[in-house]
Amino acid sequence: MKSFNYIITDEIGIHARPAGLLVKEAKKYTSKIVLSANGKKAEATKLMAVMGLGVKNGQEVEIIIEGGDEDFAFEGMKLFMEQNL
Amino acid sequence: MQCLKGKSVYKGIVKGPVVVLKQDEYQVRRKKIEDTEAEILRLEQAVDNAKEQLQKLYDKAVVEVGEASAAIFEVHQMMMEDEDYMDAIHNMIRTEAVNAEYAVRVTGDNFSHMFASMDDDYMKARAADVEDISNRMIRNLSGRGDLDLSAGEPAIIVAEDLTPSETVQMDKDKILAFVTVHGSTNSHTAILARMMNIPALIGVPLSIEDVESGMTAIVDGFEGSVIFDPDAQTCIKAEIKIAEEGEKLKLLQELKGKDNITLDGRQIKLYANIGSVSDIGYVLENDAGGIGLFRSEFLYLGKNDFPTEEEQFVAYRQAAQMMAGKKVIIRTLDIGADKQVDYFNLGKEDNPALGYRAIRICLKQPNIFKTQLRALFRASVYGNISVMYPMITSVEEIERIFEIVDEVKQELEAQEIQYKIPEQGIMIETPAAVMISDELAEKVDFFSIGTNDLTQYTLAIDRQNEKLDDFYNPHHKAVLKMIEMVVKNAHKHGKWAGICGELGADLSLTEKFVRMGVDELSVAPSMILKLRKIIREMRVEP
Repeated sequence: MKSFNYIITDEIGIHARPAGLLVKEAKKYTSKIVLSANGKKAEATKLMAVMGLGVKNGQEVEIIIEGGDEDFAFEGMKLFMEQNL
Repeated sequence: MQCLKGKSVYKGIVKGPVVVLKQDEYQVRRKKIEDTEAEILRLEQAVDNAKEQLQKLYDKAVVEVGEASAAIFEVHQMMMEDEDYMDAIHNMIRTEAVNAEYAVRVTGDNFSHMFASMDDDYMKARAADVEDISNRMIRNLSGRGDLDLSAGEPAIIVAEDLTPSETVQMDKDKILAFVTVHGSTNSHTAILARMMNIPALIGVPLSIEDVESGMTAIVDGFEGSVIFDPDAQTCIKAEIKIAEEGEKLKLLQELKGKDNITLDGRQIKLYANIGSVSDIGYVLENDAGGIGLFRSEFLYLGKNDFPTEEEQFVAYRQAAQMMAGKKVIIRTLDIGADKQVDYFNLGKEDNPALGYRAIRICLKQPNIFKTQLRALFRASVYGNISVMYPMITSVEEIERIFEIVDEVKQELEAQEIQYKIPEQGIMIETPAAVMISDELAEKVDFFSIGTNDLTQYTLAIDRQNEKLDDFYNPHHKAVLKMIEMVVKNAHKHGKWAGICGELGADLSLTEKFVRMGVDELSVAPSMILKLRKIIREMRVEP
């Protein structure tokens, strides 16, 4: 299992469009990817659940990755967060 | 065959299929299902159709409004693929043996409540997106197809009433006519119909339940009638009339490229009123000399947040460039009263027409105003733009506007951004402005008389109240005298005066206005050639 923390810099937080892109990104990997924020958890492949976390600008999210391609997924997700959120 | 009468807002005649916009469209009944797997298949078919519709909408929106605004349809597609959402629907069909419509409705409501109860305004608004995708699926399940008319043939839209945001979203190539139960002759549906040269009937006493999408109808704006399910004989009669009208329109086309000049040599400018950049096609098609009223509200309506300076700049520049040196008079923000936008948070008012609207908002919230002015001044470099301020009642307001204009100018100067201060005029639409038009004319470059509001304020008649339509006399002497006074006072100071309200397009008054010395009439594009015909056949001195 690997994980990293990321502070959201997007003005509106994890809003619809980047959440959609995040789901797309997460679906590329076989590992199970979970987002944790505000004391709630959501699977990264589930759009409405991710949006439902209600993560706002300046809040921290923990991204937890577990599975066969977790090294690969870790790098991919990290890059994705930095570029999109 | 059923024939009904209504109030006609544009004289034209069409025949075509009906599309009914029903408000109870999405109410569904719970039904027991025997074969749950067949029901799942039906659901999956509806989902596939929905995705296809959304892809089409996305492609269309990318071209028309750009990728950023089109993204919402992409998000809708993704929401529809959401595992939790789809699993919940599947489970419900399987475990409770209910129809797919019902499962979608209940699940959609649950998810939309989840968003609605979040403490973040942005996420709250996403509840509407969940509802939207659920409604789309329910429409598909019940075989009603796409509301957006993106795939169908041009149709007659029948509805209880239409809101401005609904009409904004409509694909204008797909509308033959409007038929509504409510609405007044000055409603937005009416204005849109006149813009598009399509017949529209309002106040038609029909029960929406009796009308079905797909049935044929004839809308006759000359008679003010709509006929559902016409018989063969009626169809033939209508088709003859449609051909005759087409012939008349063809004759008008021959007036293209000709001057708006009376037999005794008085020339007058005929400009067009438009509500968005996409209307410029109609302006050019009808040979208008310029744009006399460009309502900038389209940039603000149907959005979740204020349009940025860049967004506005791009739209204004595009208009200026498309008109290639012809005049483009852009009216600054005229929100409030009957045009409400959520993110302005204007609050409820007892008397919105007499309330916080137009220039009043701009002067109270100068940041909104400044963003628009910056975009306008920057775009002025690219063509012949004029700016017009609405709802003026005093000289002090103009002075305050000019102070803000000065601030904007200095800011642009300091930032070394290219700009040009355009010609600046005001709308004359309050009796107060008429009475002091002598003083106002000294301050500004031109007047444009907004007769809709001027009439409503002069006669004390709410133009949104359909009960009062009988009292609303647009030819009231008081209004005509006011117009005459405004024109005189403008000319006294060497300024020009035009009319941009509906009255400008009133063919029975054209000769009167020309004789009064009105310099410009700004009307729906469809009216340009009709006015030109009258002007070319009249004399100022009888």
